[in-house]
Amino acid sequence: MLNAHQLRLQQKNRLDSGGRIERDKPLSFLFADRRLMGYAGDTLASALLANGVDVVGRSFKYSRARGIMTAGVEEPNAILQTGATESTQTPNIKATEQSLYEGLVCRPVNGWPSVNTDVMSVLGRLGGALMSPGFYYKTFMWPKSQWETYEKFIRRAAGLGRSPTLPDADRYDHMHHHVDVMVVGAGPAGLMAALSAARQGARVLLADERSEAGGSLLFSRDSIEGKPAMEWVADVVTELDASDSVTRLARSTVTGYHDHNFLTISERRSDHLGDRAPAHMSRQRLHKVRAGSVVLATGAHERPLVFANNDLPGCMLASSVSHYIQRFAVVPGTQLVVMTSNDSAYQAAFDWVDAGRKLVAIVDTRRDPDGAVTQMARQRGMTLITGSALIEARGRHRVSGAVVSPINAAATFVTGELRLLPCDTIATSGGWSPVVHLSCHTGSRPVWSDEKLGFVPGSTSEARFCAGAINGTLSLDQCLAEGVHAGSEAATAAHHLSSDRIMKIPASASGQEDVCAAMPVFLVPHTLPSSRAPKQFVDMQNDVTAAGIQMSTQEGFESIEHVKRYTALGFGTDQGKTGNVNGMAIVAHALGKTLAETGTTVFRPNYTPVSFGVVAGASTDLLFDPQRFTPMHAWHLQRGAVFENVGQWKRPLYFPQGDESMAQAIVREQLATRNGVGILDASTLGKIDIQGRDAREFLGRVYTNAWAKLAPGRCRYGLMCGEDGMIMDDGVTSCLAQNHFLMTTTTGGAAHVLSWLEIYQQTEWPELEVFFNSVTDHWATMSIAGPDSRNLLATLTDLDLSAESFGFMDWREATVAGIPARIFRISFTGDLSYEINVPAHYGLALWEALFEAGAAFGLTPYGTETMHVLRAEKGFIIVGQDTDGSMTPYDMNHGWAVANNKEFSFIGKRGMNRSDCLRTDRKQLVGLMTTDPSALLPEGAQAVRDPAEPIPMTMVGHVTSSYHSAFLGRRIAMAVIKDGLQRMGEKVYFPLAGGELVEAVICDPVFVDPQGIRQKA
Amino acid sequence: MFLIHCPYCAEHREEDEFHAVGQAHLPRPPDPDAMTDEQWGDYLYFRKNPRGEHRELWVHAAGCRKYFNVARNTQTYEIYATYKVGDTLDLGDDPQAGATGSALNRRSG
Repeated sequence: MLNAHQLRLQQKNRLDSGGRIERDKPLSFLFADRRLMGYAGDTLASALLANGVDVVGRSFKYSRARGIMTAGVEEPNAILQTGATESTQTPNIKATEQSLYEGLVCRPVNGWPSVNTDVMSVLGRLGGALMSPGFYYKTFMWPKSQWETYEKFIRRAAGLGRSPTLPDADRYDHMHHHVDVMVVGAGPAGLMAALSAARQGARVLLADERSEAGGSLLFSRDSIEGKPAMEWVADVVTELDASDSVTRLARSTVTGYHDHNFLTISERRSDHLGDRAPAHMSRQRLHKVRAGSVVLATGAHERPLVFANNDLPGCMLASSVSHYIQRFAVVPGTQLVVMTSNDSAYQAAFDWVDAGRKLVAIVDTRRDPDGAVTQMARQRGMTLITGSALIEARGRHRVSGAVVSPINAAATFVTGELRLLPCDTIATSGGWSPVVHLSCHTGSRPVWSDEKLGFVPGSTSEARFCAGAINGTLSLDQCLAEGVHAGSEAATAAHHLSSDRIMKIPASASGQEDVCAAMPVFLVPHTLPSSRAPKQFVDMQNDVTAAGIQMSTQEGFESIEHVKRYTALGFGTDQGKTGNVNGMAIVAHALGKTLAETGTTVFRPNYTPVSFGVVAGASTDLLFDPQRFTPMHAWHLQRGAVFENVGQWKRPLYFPQGDESMAQAIVREQLATRNGVGILDASTLGKIDIQGRDAREFLGRVYTNAWAKLAPGRCRYGLMCGEDGMIMDDGVTSCLAQNHFLMTTTTGGAAHVLSWLEIYQQTEWPELEVFFNSVTDHWATMSIAGPDSRNLLATLTDLDLSAESFGFMDWREATVAGIPARIFRISFTGDLSYEINVPAHYGLALWEALFEAGAAFGLTPYGTETMHVLRAEKGFIIVGQDTDGSMTPYDMNHGWAVANNKEFSFIGKRGMNRSDCLRTDRKQLVGLMTTDPSALLPEGAQAVRDPAEPIPMTMVGHVTSSYHSAFLGRRIAMAVIKDGLQRMGEKVYFPLAGGELVEAVICDPVFVDPQGIRQKA
Repeated sequence: MFLIHCPYCAEHREEDEFHAVGQAHLPRPPDPDAMTDEQWGDYLYFRKNPRGEHRELWVHAAGCRKYFNVARNTQTYEIYATYKVGDTLDLGDDPQAGATGSALNRRSG
């Protein structure tokens, strides 16, 4: 540990007193492998400046040295990578926002081999002409084949950090809030808004991006109600924090303002505590806020002035210089030149001189500034150069001088002798840009104000109020007043009407009443035109220059949105917070338009970058998406089942034994089922309980086939179509009682079918009395299939299972292994089969009882793959596999399931009778037998009639299902073939991607037991 | 993220709980078989896409599972009112109001 003296020596820019830092809490950190010291209360940026670190990065395109320019969220240059370990790597961290903690490890995101000796900068200087605006489009697109080579080079050269290669070690979470008034920003206006809304009885949420409340007061020398500003802030914060109806969030950036006053806040809960979050807390939290009304008190960002070489380290915003001096006791240089077009920058000069450093001059672009601050500067004997501008900075890795010259009244050209002023720091102010971003997120366009020299929030239909500098209001008194009024109006809009309790507006002694009007300056002239002068940077992060913007307008880009995309103005992670307005003004000037005419680009969420972690919250790993398990899942696991995902369900695909392959396992499962008895867990099938006086009529309307005569105890296959006449779902529906049915749907279609029934009942036929209830999860369903299934079931039930009393397509209530059950004699295999339904909690017990009794019969569990093969052997379709949303029942040769004589025009009837659906040459479902019994026909393979036809060949259909049938000892397939039903016995050909040609014969898709003897046994 | 008043639950709920279904007030023709292919095609596929006031059918999918009508502005996303299926809402000279809700937008597939 260094002693106090060494600490001071190292931090050459740190003042001995002042600032809101804790000098008794020194902190060490690593910047680019260099150990540096700072204090608790520092940001990473203030600590770097205290240590005299000038270069913190290299620029995106030209690889120029860049230093810290601002003290806040608008920072374009000081983008660092943090993280002491691989799993805590975080790119894109603004040094101005990151609080310092002991052991912080950070490094610049670009520059090779280091930011101080950068090889790329040579290329940047040589390649300047290469890198004109639109350089991606122009230079690197030729030859086109080389783009991928260029791209890698460009990405390595630029980049803004890297992703971690290990999973994030920390937790993240989400929190919901429902409040009357959401206040964004805890500066003077926001604090007053929160306080006045709270005193009026509203529930208030106040969020601010900084570690401390106060906003601009953090670095002002104003007093409010006779107290130093930050003491007043402390009093207000104390009252707010003591109130039960106020929640205050620090280090919390409101990143999105969505419809109906829904806001998202990204709270950095522990980023200031260490490399990892403490074990008991999440690293970051996303707050989702629904507010009755919203007060935006987001303040303003100072605009830099654009001049030649304005990107040299040492060029800063004037207010940021004050910020570092007042809040962190850091003076970021020794000799200062201030350039300003308004009164606010004078404060930086006063703070600088009071810190004991040398002020070289204040350069004011205005001819005759006469405000209170100018008079004070004169009284204090400061060098004031008016009607002039700093047109160029000199220096290599840091400012070493400033070229100053008189300019004309419109600030469009240089009018006199040049003077070189030696200095190492340049502080500029071109005025203030209201932070209107959030006000734009729901589509409202900001409006240019000539009076305020900035874009101010446009109109909105939301209950939204704005207070303070976001309105272009710069006087502290007025900000306080606007805050009080906005808070009161917001509370009133959220129904807390007690206007008699409107609080008194605190008075400040800011002395800002005597203000000299600001002058609009967006580009400082040079002796040379911008195209030939040293680079004048508008957008530092994307290396967009004034010359580049002018060139884009010369090349014909006139819309601000197009200029933005062509030059990349405002495209960086800072979204052009410092550069946009200057850039738009340069466009307007080049086009001979006003800023109001040019307008601004659209600000979209998020206001600042947010981490993937905070967006995901706790919804990761198993919590990312629900998984659904059948009641027999544990058994399947224990048996080593291989699972497949069917929607959210986990279904056994097959049950391998020993070191069996999948192909071997499903052959064994098929043969065991066809020759003995197999069992399938069918619990995932959708089940909808339908009851009501009109249930039967309803079924007749939504199914294509007839339901009027289905008796209790009977089951029927049903086919469901959309209004377009295309097959939507199918399944067996059983009549439980006269007005009570159980519908089954496909596993994947269950939710959709339920919605489908509900919408027709509610919106079209509300007169039908019918009720639906999803019972999918209520029942465990197991299907035993094969010639021995009756014998097996007979050992566990007293029910008469004879074909005479319990026939095919009947269902019976019975007790199986002592468990109450519904047994459905339906078959998806074409074999004798019983589908047993028991309450879900009995599922595993019955399954195990079946296996106990089944040992004598060689009961074999089979999965979905065997199920698919067995059903294909019978030509049973799977909706979504053999159909694709363009198949009518007739196309599937399911005309037998369409009852055109029903009185009601059922859903799908009109659609399937459109002239196009009645063509006889539509693709129709057929079976295929390959000439070579083992030839593999891939699903999706396209059919042609003439294999000799030159490419492009005429395609007449495609394979929908293809399997190896163990029972038949050959491959079988189903396909849809044009006019297929009329072409039985004809050959079709399948030219495959590898050049192979497969020949097949069209046949009936029922490959096994066409008479249906087995299933009716 | 809308905040939507469910006319059946009589409460405002988050958009998360709802699904938008499509244009409202498109009753199923009483005699589909009497319609030409073109008329049926218009009913099936043609929808308004106004900039401004629009009537939509929504469903409280993760709530009461009731379908209802929403009158909203497609430009500002302002919701003027929500009302039950079968009800009408007159927002001035609005030809869309009237009729019943519609199942049509929830198509197969």
